Parts: sequence; structure tokens; C-alpha cells
Amino acid sequence: MNVLIRLTKSTLAYPGAEKSLITPQLVFNDPTTLPVISTFRILSPTGALVDNNHSLTITSEKIVDLYKHMVTLHTLDTIMYDAQRQGRLSFYMTSSGEEAVSVASGAILEKHDQIFAQYREQGAFLARGLSVQDIMNQLYANSNDHGKGRNMPIHHVNKAINLHPISSPLATQIPHAVGAAYALKLTKPNQACSICYVGEGACSEGDFHAGLNIAATRECPVIFFVRNNGYAISTASKEQYKGDGIASRGPGYGIVTIRIDGNDLLAVYEATKAARDLAVKENRPVLIEAMTYRRSHHSTSDDSFAYRSKHEVDAWKRHDNPISRIRKYMQRPDINIWSDELEEKFRKATKKDILKCLQIAERTKKPPLSEIFTDVYFDNGGKELQPHLKEQKEELDEILAQYRSWYHLEDYKA
Amino acid sequence: MLRFTARLPKGVEDTSPNTHTYRDAPFLHTSTKQVLAANSWLPEETTTTKPMNLYSAINDAMQIALRTDETSIILGEDVAFGGVFRCTMGLHDEFGDARVFNTPLCEQAIIGFSIGYAAMGHKVVAEVQFADYVFPAFDQIVNEAAKYRYRSASIYDVGGLTIRMPCGGVGHGALYHSQSPEAFFAHAASGLTVVVPRSPLQAKGLLLSAIRRKDPVLFLEPKILYRASVEHVPVDDFEIPIGQAEIIKPGNDLTIIGYGTQLYHISRAVEIAEKEFGISCEIIDLRTIIPWDKATLAASVNKTGRAIVCHEASKNNGIGAELAAELSKECFLNLEAPIQRVTGWDTPIPLSFERFIIPDVARIYNSIKNVMKY
Repeated sequence: MNVLIRLTKSTLAYPGAEKSLITPQLVFNDPTTLPVISTFRILSPTGALVDNNHSLTITSEKIVDLYKHMVTLHTLDTIMYDAQRQGRLSFYMTSSGEEAVSVASGAILEKHDQIFAQYREQGAFLARGLSVQDIMNQLYANSNDHGKGRNMPIHHVNKAINLHPISSPLATQIPHAVGAAYALKLTKPNQACSICYVGEGACSEGDFHAGLNIAATRECPVIFFVRNNGYAISTASKEQYKGDGIASRGPGYGIVTIRIDGNDLLAVYEATKAARDLAVKENRPVLIEAMTYRRSHHSTSDDSFAYRSKHEVDAWKRHDNPISRIRKYMQRPDINIWSDELEEKFRKATKKDILKCLQIAERTKKPPLSEIFTDVYFDNGGKELQPHLKEQKEELDEILAQYRSWYHLEDYKA
Repeated sequence: MLRFTARLPKGVEDTSPNTHTYRDAPFLHTSTKQVLAANSWLPEETTTTKPMNLYSAINDAMQIALRTDETSIILGEDVAFGGVFRCTMGLHDEFGDARVFNTPLCEQAIIGFSIGYAAMGHKVVAEVQFADYVFPAFDQIVNEAAKYRYRSASIYDVGGLTIRMPCGGVGHGALYHSQSPEAFFAHAASGLTVVVPRSPLQAKGLLLSAIRRKDPVLFLEPKILYRASVEHVPVDDFEIPIGQAEIIKPGNDLTIIGYGTQLYHISRAVEIAEKEFGISCEIIDLRTIIPWDKATLAASVNKTGRAIVCHEASKNNGIGAELAAELSKECFLNLEAPIQRVTGWDTPIPLSFERFIIPDVARIYNSIKNVMKY
């Protein structure tokens, strides 16, 4: 192409921004003058539809199903939070206030889709079919835990639902999800995607930039699902970024983006479903920013009233939470797919089930100590340990033989 | 980042013992016959070899890897046109943009993306343009790649991941085109394998092993050898086992352990010292930095009673420290002198003074003299 010819036109010829119009105006692009990105909502906090003509793809059965997962998650959170407080569990993180976000987004995933999570997404795993007992075994790091009891509670891994191992370092999973999506694009074209959950705090990490940029340039079918709950531990979002949330960054990377109401089960479900279609059919990354509020403390190691008022938290509990919002809708006379009786019965049964799973998990022994050394390298199921690890295992065995009574070996499987 | 190619140190007219070419090292194979005679472990059908330099051997290995596994991909900065060191020449043309492609300039993206791809059970060879620039990806390598299998209890792993990177001094690379970061990874990353080849034949065989190994591998390529080191290399597919050191010259009085470029300096220093002192030195190429071959090293040091460990990376907490500590324990009753370390100084690498940083022939010769006199 002849550069001189292009220079006579009103657009730029430089390769870095070919469609840029030339202007004589010395005007800075001031983000404060840009319109704030709107939030997609279907269901208002009162249980009314924002637009009565909105066509839903979700069925009544599915709504009830997802509602049950949300209640299960909430019940699990309440019980496990208390269990940690009683010292029966080392650590826990609840999803309180974010039940719709994880449950509804997890529910739209299909067989080959891959999940890369941060840690506040147990609802998605429930919606994908992970059992409460599986979750409980992980929390108790017992011998039935898929991760062999190596990880802190909440750090799940599960092949059956394509859940990659959760790790504590924030945002590292973002480029992983992109690489996995690229693998899906090559091996299962237009069939599957990966979903990457991340909080708004983690979006400040370099891996957010790394992941979004390479997802766009390599055209990968990945959904970046951001839970913007207002806080990263004690850091309020106003100290986290100066722009229009996370959503405003998507277009900068050339990524289609939507902001949604994360307390609205229906909006999360419909938006994530549409995002999945877009990602899978067009091999494009999609960014979803789900606005919500972290009602709970950050974790059991955090007292959030040190940096925010109880009044603020209570207001969210009372006036708008994802569980009561969809329940109001379900119990509307014209919808009528749920009732107080069903609610009471379901809650009671769920609580009983969860407590039973807890007791089983708690009573199950920890994995055998030999598992300290396995899986560091490929070792053929522990049969071919690297020589230095074999040596170190023997050293530990000797110590244990000599100092048996100094350790609590009865907690571990032989 | 600078773009330059490795070249021989200047000073061809310099005839001091400290100056030598990388082509006349005694361990390089100069003919097909020699390759076959010296490498009886090669597959029986191996009959054809051709001269390759280090970058062509690496290119050859990657071409074979891409041909033999259709899910394997290659990515990195500037790899599509052939790479700034020519290692990926022709691969984009043969395998297409889906399998050999440029990434944005972001090391944590390159490695993070590759981890995700490998976690799907596929093979990926990621290139970091210089080992000096691996540190932005340190978190991805140490916290993620190395621990993926362990934290998944082998449900998931990233065994298909190989990370290639040019490393080591090149005479004019200064602070950020000269580093040898192997010790960072050897310590911080249980689960990771770190490999450094010394020659074209080694590079091809070890890289093919690395790509097919079921653990993530960091493959460090001494960039001064890319063009300088030339030898006959089998044209077929072959692998050199990882985790095994190689005795490249047997001897009885002293064991000298090194890897990568150091083997050239060591061979030269040994040649002079053996003549002068009437001793015989055993030279060992460590090849795999972690998990390293303690058995071979300990057997040698127990036989000779003396050991020197050489590396270009700085001394403090370098690989030499690990080797010396373990060999002291394994060989305590047979040692006749303290184990010596000949390494880079504990400074960054300064442009004007590079020749005084590299553990060269003079320093290795001096160390041999000292350890034999002890």
C-alpha cells in the first residue's frame, strides 16, 4: 500500500493505530468525561422484571435448581464459618452475597469447558455437580480429598468438572485460562471455552494485563468473569483503580465486555450464557464484570469491621441480596415456583445433609505421610521417586521410627 | 531488548592459553564415525549425521518435536520470523501460525499461557528471549508450573511445558544479556527440571527429552555457543536422558564438574594442567542442574579424592554450593582437599570487564594447581 496515498486521507498511516482520524484539536481523552458503563439487570431487588418483555432462556425448573444451589452454598458457608470459629477447620472463605454470581455462571458451562477459579466460587462447582461431600473432604484435607490434603481449604481441584487446581497467588490463573482456551480452540473448535474467575483486586495484578492482551491477540474462547464486590480484603475499590471499574478496560484490549448486576441470578445466567456463545462461536474472549457486594469478612482470618461499618454490611443484607431477590421472584403469585413450605423443608434437609458430610469428612483420616513426597515430579504413582526425594523420604521414615510418640501419627492413614 | 547474535570473542591474534575457539573442544564430534563410536546408546538405525551448530541443532529438535506430536506448539517474542537467534527458522512456514506464533511482549503472559496449554495435556515450547528476562515470569514458573502437579495430586500437570532461554556471557552482553539464573530455579522450584547442554548433539538430544518429559523443563541455551559450537549430529530423532551427568573425559586425580560453556574452558585448562603436572583429570558435564546426578558425581569424587565445581553464575548460593555441600557429605572420608568453586564473581556483569567475570581457562588452571598442591 502506498503510504503517500494514505496520507492524503483523514486517517493515520502509522501501523500502530491505522484507523485513527487526524484532528487539529489539542484535546486529551479524559476518562472522567466518558459515560459510565451501564449495568445489565433483569430482575430488580423487589423481584420485578426491569423489562416485562424480556425473553428468558432459563426455565422455571432451572431457576429452582439454581436457587437450591445458592441456598446450599449459603448453608455450607454458615456451617463452615462456625466450624472454623470452633477450631474444627483451619481456614474458610464464604461466598456470602455472591451466591448468584458463582452459581449462575457455573450453571451455563458445558462438558468440555474448563474452570480456572480464584477461591470464592464454590457455588460454580456445586452448579457443575461437585458434591458437598467432595467439597467437605477438601476442606478437611482428608484422604478422600482429590488434592491429597496438600492445599489450604477452598483450593479445590476436580477432573470430573474440569476444575483446574486453585492456587493462592492471585491472577496467575488468568493466562492459564487463556492457554487452555487456545488448546480447546485447536482441538475442539467451536465447542468449548474456558472460564476464568477473578476478583476486582486481582485485576490489578500484571497477570490480568498479560492474560487479557494475549487472549485478544490469539483470539481465544475464554470468559473473564470478574467479581467486583467492592473490596480486596480491606482495600476498597476506590483505592484499587481510578477508571470505570474493570469493564472499562476490556475495550482497551479489543475485548467485548459487559457489566452485569451480580445480585441478579437471571442477569448473571443470561449474560454468561450469551458470553459463552460468543466466545465459542467466534473464538473471542469476553469480559464480564459482575457488580456485587462482599457481605462476609474476607476470610476467617479477617475482621472486616476494622475497615467498614457493620451498618454498611447490614444494609446490603437487608435491602438486597441475591438469594432473597430471586426468592421474591419465585414466590410471586404469577410465577409461583417456590413457597415458604418448600423453603423450610429444603433448608432443613440441606442443613442435615451438610452436617452429615462434615462429620464424615472430619472423621476420615489424613492421607498417608508418604504423600508428602509424591507428585512433585512425575513419579508413576510414587513408584519412581527422584533419588533426592527418596533419600529425604527415608530420612523422615527414620525420624518417625525413632520419635513416633513425638508426632500424632494416628491422624494419618498408614 | 537488544538484538544481536553471539560471536566469538575478539582477539584471534591473541595466542595466550586463555584464548581458544569453541570448535576444537575435544568432546565435539568431527565425523559420523566418531558420533557412532562415541555414542553407543544411540538408536541402532542411526547412521546419518551432519554438521550443525547449536542453534541449528535446537531448530532441528523442535522441528522433530512438532512433526511427532501434532498438539505441540511454539510461542514467544519474535519466534515466527525465526527468532532473534535463528532457533525457530522455518518452523512458522512449515507448521503454520496456529502452532508457531509471536506473543505480545510479556514474559508472564508467555509462561502463563503455556502453563494453561500444557495443563490440557499438550506440549508447548515457550521461548524467553534472554534468560535475563525470565524474572517477570518467576511467579508463574515457581508458584504455578513447578507446583501444578503436586497441588493437583497428578490429576492435572504441566509436564508438556518446556521453557527455552538463551543464557550466559557472550562477551558484550553486560548486565541483562549475560545472566545464568539456574540456581534461582534449582532452589525455588521443586517439581521443575533444569537442563543446560554443552554442544549441538547434546542440545538436540536433551531438548527432545525435555519436550517429551512429563515434568516442566527449563532449558538454558548458552548463547555464545549458538554459532560457535559445531559438531556432527544425528539427523534422526534421538533423546539423551535427563537427570544423568556424563563423564566426558575419564581421569584419576581430580574431578572437575561443569555445564554448558564451562566445559570448553575446563577442557582447555585440563589439557594444559595435565601436561604440566602429569596428572589425569576426570571431566563431568552435569547436564541436568535439577534433579542432579549425585550418584555419578559422588562415585567420581570418591575415586579421585579431589573436586572442582565451575559455573558462570555468581558464587554465593550458586549451584556450586549445593554440589560442594552434598559431595562433602558423600565423599568425606575420601576427600584429600577442600572442594573448590570456580564461579562468576558476586557482582552484576559489567560490560567493559566481562572477560574478568567469566571463570576462564586461567582461573580453572589456577584452581587445579591449588587443589593438587593442597
